Amino acid sequence: MNTEALIVTTPTGVDVELAIAGPGSRAYAFIIDWHIRFLIAITWFAAAAYLLTRNPQFAKNSPATAGLLTGLPAAAIYFLYHPLLETIMRGRTPGKRMAGVRIVNRQGGTPSVLAVLIRNAFRLLDCLPVLYAVGLATTIFSAQRTRFGDLAAGTLLVHDGDTEAKALTQLGSLALNPALDAGTVAVGNDLLLRWKELQPQTRRRLAHDLLSRIAAAVGSAPAPPGEDALDDRLLQQRLQQALSGRSR
Amino acid sequence: MKPNVRAPSWLAQRSAIWGRIGDSLLTWRRGRLSREDALKALDAYRSLAPDVASARKALPGNPITVALETLYASVHAIVNRGPRHTGASLIHLYAVEIPATVQELKPFIVGVWLLFALSTAAGWWLVHTWPSLVDLVASPDMIQHVQRGELWTDGILNVTPSSLLSVRIFTNNIVVTVFACVAGVFYGLGTFYVIANNGLMLGGVFAFTHNYGLDGDLLKFIFAHGTVELSMICLGGAAGIALGESLIRPKLASRRDSLQQCTTKIARLFAALIPLLVVCGLIEGFVSPDPTIGWPLRLIIGLANLALMLTVLSGRFFRSDAAV
Repeated sequence: MNTEALIVTTPTGVDVELAIAGPGSRAYAFIIDWHIRFLIAITWFAAAAYLLTRNPQFAKNSPATAGLLTGLPAAAIYFLYHPLLETIMRGRTPGKRMAGVRIVNRQGGTPSVLAVLIRNAFRLLDCLPVLYAVGLATTIFSAQRTRFGDLAAGTLLVHDGDTEAKALTQLGSLALNPALDAGTVAVGNDLLLRWKELQPQTRRRLAHDLLSRIAAAVGSAPAPPGEDALDDRLLQQRLQQALSGRSR
Repeated sequence: MKPNVRAPSWLAQRSAIWGRIGDSLLTWRRGRLSREDALKALDAYRSLAPDVASARKALPGNPITVALETLYASVHAIVNRGPRHTGASLIHLYAVEIPATVQELKPFIVGVWLLFALSTAAGWWLVHTWPSLVDLVASPDMIQHVQRGELWTDGILNVTPSSLLSVRIFTNNIVVTVFACVAGVFYGLGTFYVIANNGLMLGGVFAFTHNYGLDGDLLKFIFAHGTVELSMICLGGAAGIALGESLIRPKLASRRDSLQQCTTKIARLFAALIPLLVVCGLIEGFVSPDPTIGWPLRLIIGLANLALMLTVLSGRFFRSDAAV
């Protein structure tokens, strides 16, 4: 069994590979979600309690309704947060989205409503004895980083590639020069994508090398010496133009 | 295709198509697909497959390849999305699937009831023989009430309104029932513990109240809601034992698959268990603690609740020729 990725055989003959998320991403997503649901629930509770203090007569005459209005929605928000959002957002929650993970079934698809409910029902077991100790231990020691809920529901937590999708978006925006080979385009696209993460000296050197390579490939004159003086923004623009084959 | 081999048109041509698929993906993810969109998604899926294969070979590890794989996986999820549940499938669930699951679980239901009855008898015998053992099954507050000659439930409506009491009770009962089921994942031992523990507590508390002549009052209190409530907990326990059985004697190639298949089957039961537990909670909050309601009405409510449970679990409540 592959412990790093879920590999799904498809009718097209090309497998789908999904990287399995580890306990770190899982815990990160859970902590964000916990804070969100706790804050929403406590906000409701506080707001309802405040409104009741402004209408003491209502609270006195109908204590049961007042209690239900205060406590029930807050409890519902806290306990139904995961099953509801995972169903509506197709295996995601705000926390999972921020952590870059999502739930999938073993066929790599969106889990069914039943699978989401089973997965959440097993939280009763996974949260034992405190702080999700059982769930954390099973995700650390199980082959595919699953807790009991995932085992029973047939689900997995995988890395969600929304961030990588930026690479395709940028590639689409370049209107690529058909004279360039795939390797050069890929490197250029990667460089532009990571432009801000790289040290200024490194990105300038890489951009110059790539511009020379593109110039050689398309048969244009190499960059003039004055190019060294270009500032970062202009150099980035020059690279985008070279990749898309637009004239300066 | 090899890295750095001149491939002038591939990325240039295909990147525009990938962009369009990426844009469509946002629409496809939102809701139900139209026939046209479904066909488009299928086309996209087929056209992406060779691109992914080429990218894996030509640009291994490159962000473009990773992004393309992600796009492919997303379209795969769209193409393999399950059908939506309709009203008809819900009726089928209650009319056919739940009764079938109950039938299948019959040996486990009998076994769990037997365990519950035996542990109740054991609890009764233990506390009746050694009264000091009541500390293990009842809280100090409950013990003090009984020692004063009253049940801990007397006057509870003066402290907590019925509606709040009901919500608290059915929430707790749902948690206990679900826990009795999921604890079965420890090869059935967890469920065994939950059911035996509940039986011991019930028997022990009855023996304790018997010693003070309050057992009749306790029976009067629990009859209206208790018959169904305990049945539901035992049914949850039977589901838990089935989970354990699926691990001890897997019916499929792996224990994981066997557990998953069994869980999917028994989870449907909870579509009946939870509403019935809510009804029990309402009875326990509004009827059981009310001292003005006498035995005859409690008997009628208890038997009607039992009849409701049997009708729901047998599927008769929802069955029609169309559903079957």
